[in-house]
Amino acid sequence: MFATSPRLRATVLRVAQSIPVVIGVVIISFLLTRALPGDPAVYFAGVAANTESIEQTRVAMGLDKPLIHQFFVYVGNLLQGDLGQSLTSGRSVATDLAKRLPASLELTLTALILAIVIAVPLGVLAATRPGTWVDHLCRVIVTAGVSLPTFFTGILLIYIFYYLLGIAPSPLGRLDFIYLDPDHVTGFYLIDAALMGDWETWRGAAKQLILPATTLALFTLAPIARMTRAAMLTALSSDFIRTARAAGLSNRTILYRYAFRNALLPVVTTLGMVFSFTLGANVLVEKVFAWPGIGSYAVEALVVSDYAAVQGFVLAMALLFVALNLVIDLLYTAIDPRIGFSSK
Amino acid sequence: MSAMLSVKDLAVSFQTRRGEVGAVKGISFKVSKGEILGIVGESGSGKSVTSYALMRILDAGGVIKAGDATYSGIDLRRSSERDMRDIRGREISMIFQNPRAALNPIRKVGNQIEDVLRHHSRATRYDAKAKAIAALEAVKINDAEARYNAYPFELSGGMCQRIVCAIALACDPRLLIADEPTTGLDITTQKAVMDLVRDLIRERNMSSILITHDLGLAAQYCDRILVMKDGVIVEQGDPVQIFSNPQHSYSRKLVDATPRVGTNVRSLLPPEDRGDELVPVVSDRPLLEIRDLTKTYTGKSGPVHAVKGISFTINQGQCVGLVGESGCGKSTTSEILVRLMDATSGEIIFDGEDIAQVPANGFAKDGRRADIQMVFQDATDSLNPRHTSRQTIAEPLRRLGKMRGAKLTARIEELSTLVGLPLSLLDRFPHQLSGGQKARVGIARAVALEPKFLILDEPTAALDVSIQAVVLNLLVDLRAKLGLSYLFVSHDLHVVRLLCDHVIVMKDGEIVEQGPSQEIMSNPQSNYTKTLLAAAPKPPARRQAN
Repeated sequence: MFATSPRLRATVLRVAQSIPVVIGVVIISFLLTRALPGDPAVYFAGVAANTESIEQTRVAMGLDKPLIHQFFVYVGNLLQGDLGQSLTSGRSVATDLAKRLPASLELTLTALILAIVIAVPLGVLAATRPGTWVDHLCRVIVTAGVSLPTFFTGILLIYIFYYLLGIAPSPLGRLDFIYLDPDHVTGFYLIDAALMGDWETWRGAAKQLILPATTLALFTLAPIARMTRAAMLTALSSDFIRTARAAGLSNRTILYRYAFRNALLPVVTTLGMVFSFTLGANVLVEKVFAWPGIGSYAVEALVVSDYAAVQGFVLAMALLFVALNLVIDLLYTAIDPRIGFSSK
Repeated sequence: MSAMLSVKDLAVSFQTRRGEVGAVKGISFKVSKGEILGIVGESGSGKSVTSYALMRILDAGGVIKAGDATYSGIDLRRSSERDMRDIRGREISMIFQNPRAALNPIRKVGNQIEDVLRHHSRATRYDAKAKAIAALEAVKINDAEARYNAYPFELSGGMCQRIVCAIALACDPRLLIADEPTTGLDITTQKAVMDLVRDLIRERNMSSILITHDLGLAAQYCDRILVMKDGVIVEQGDPVQIFSNPQHSYSRKLVDATPRVGTNVRSLLPPEDRGDELVPVVSDRPLLEIRDLTKTYTGKSGPVHAVKGISFTINQGQCVGLVGESGCGKSTTSEILVRLMDATSGEIIFDGEDIAQVPANGFAKDGRRADIQMVFQDATDSLNPRHTSRQTIAEPLRRLGKMRGAKLTARIEELSTLVGLPLSLLDRFPHQLSGGQKARVGIARAVALEPKFLILDEPTAALDVSIQAVVLNLLVDLRAKLGLSYLFVSHDLHVVRLLCDHVIVMKDGEIVEQGPSQEIMSNPQSNYTKTLLAAAPKPPARRQAN
């Protein structure tokens, strides 16, 4: 894949480019939490605190020091993996995030995979058969997907599959209380359970996951399907498709090897965008399904001005986005041979 | 000679929103074994649609309505799609215009050839690579093994067309359809590609159909020519006969409009439209003096010297032709002269003052902006699609001429009459105008402020030859009427000869030769000019018919 050196160089450069972004993210997440309204010292000192004890807390937390000094302390702690102490949970923020981030990621990734598996073939079919029932179905699903908010589809799905039909388990968290949590390896219950060979737990986790994942998938399906359809239509009307047809290549080769690979580029871009806004949309779905994810954690922390937790959340999300963009760019390099030359 | 392909009463139409539109209206012709047939026509004549119909690769909405097409006993109209897939590429194959777009941009060219070879069972997984390299060598690609791993964007246009040829010829088809194979390629590349295709066809004893808008090109390479107009064949015959004694009025018009040795600009027009040629007044006073002009871009792999110190003079009323192939620096030069780009060094003395001192960014506010105007290459792309002709022509009058109201309207109508644009078309948008009409709008906009100097950047490159004839004559007339000086940028030496008094030949950012156009054309000194002249298609000289 990286046989030619310009592409390898572009890849290395791209990875190097994300380092200043990470530094920027650290600075901004620090400043952002300092800019939040409210005085953390007042909260930390407790309800019964007087001016004196608040001041003591302030000194104890290092908040009396100049901002630049606080920043270096923060970075120093960060380098040791210390994100501070959460006020609400009483645990360290790093522990909380390690527990909750995989929950959100498992939900988001499952939803995204589900959406891709449905939306991409749907878009391809709609593009190859414009004006037929597949095309119309695609349009209906796309319209429904964008117009129905996730909290609504979530509640509707719970109503139908849990309340009316009774086939779904109660929408409370990642695993029913009758199962034990699998050993923590990756934090993804499906993977951890499979690693243990505990298929009973695996099924339990999958059952819990299916409704929230479907809810999110319905929402993310729309842009992916629409972009796939548009990109395929553009690719199929290109000159090189005519060349391939005139050379007698089979429809399958033309469709997949020629049109689809070229259509992938805009689809991958859309996937990156969809992934980021799905992480945002997560909050509502997590609330509806009592999913112990990072979204609900952040909202709770924000409400009580738990600034270490908020700071940790912002940092984690930002790093996730940086990593995501990096992956998307590297995917681009893998798909499009022209990229290695155009990047500086 | 037996007919390899025979087409009888073929009719093709397209379903559009405005109902069914006939593109090909019942044409019949035959292609014999070993014959090269040329189909010549202007845009919209149905020549490309005919070839797509034969291959059954019409775009969505296109349907063969009637007629028969038989290839070696196979009914091309009624064969199953599966049979057609076996025929395409193996029996009949095609090469296209715009070769770079005709190749899959993200697949190695070697793999694209392999796809065809393996699909037609001409190669297995084990020998596909060797056979693909052999196919590349067959189209005379140097270092075929290295090119196998190249992507289309890494190759030149001419090289891409060779790859397209390699794909088309990989499975030894018996009939090759070439659809405008050299449109958009440089003239020397055009000759190289056409010579290669002809040699390969002769070598393998194949038949071929060459579809082109260039009657000269068809005459040079084809055994027989069909002239098509509006979906019907108006005339067919051997090239010399069509050139010397065209029977149909349309083929006569096409022959007339094709620039060639021994014609003048008026003779491009149909006899009834030829007025007296207006004689421009050329003075000895220099209007524009270019001294040691250079332009260097900073590229990724070091500086790129686009223009390497050129000097020339344009006198008042003179028309100077700037000729060269893509990448020779002629577009950079014209952009610098029209003050849209700054030169790296050098002087541009216009009317006695060095305008290179005025930065291109601020030149719009300079008083001399109105004196130097430009007619752009693509008449369609250079017009704002949301502006009517009236708004387009009004723009410079409003901004630079500060004209308003009745005066403005009067001037627009005056200009419109000057360039021969019917007043009724003034309120139309570009997409409602034909190519020639759009060219007139572009010219009217350029001359609106009575400039002294006009840069014409291949103003007829995208036009059909009959329209080109009209536009060239318009430009000649305008020059005489308005006392304009022209810098005419073109790759077509024949056209330059018709219009210009003086020719500059550029190559790799340098002037290789300049002088009076008659002298350059008849007695070129540099080898490059000789190559350019030799590469231009030579239609048979017209014998005077009684």
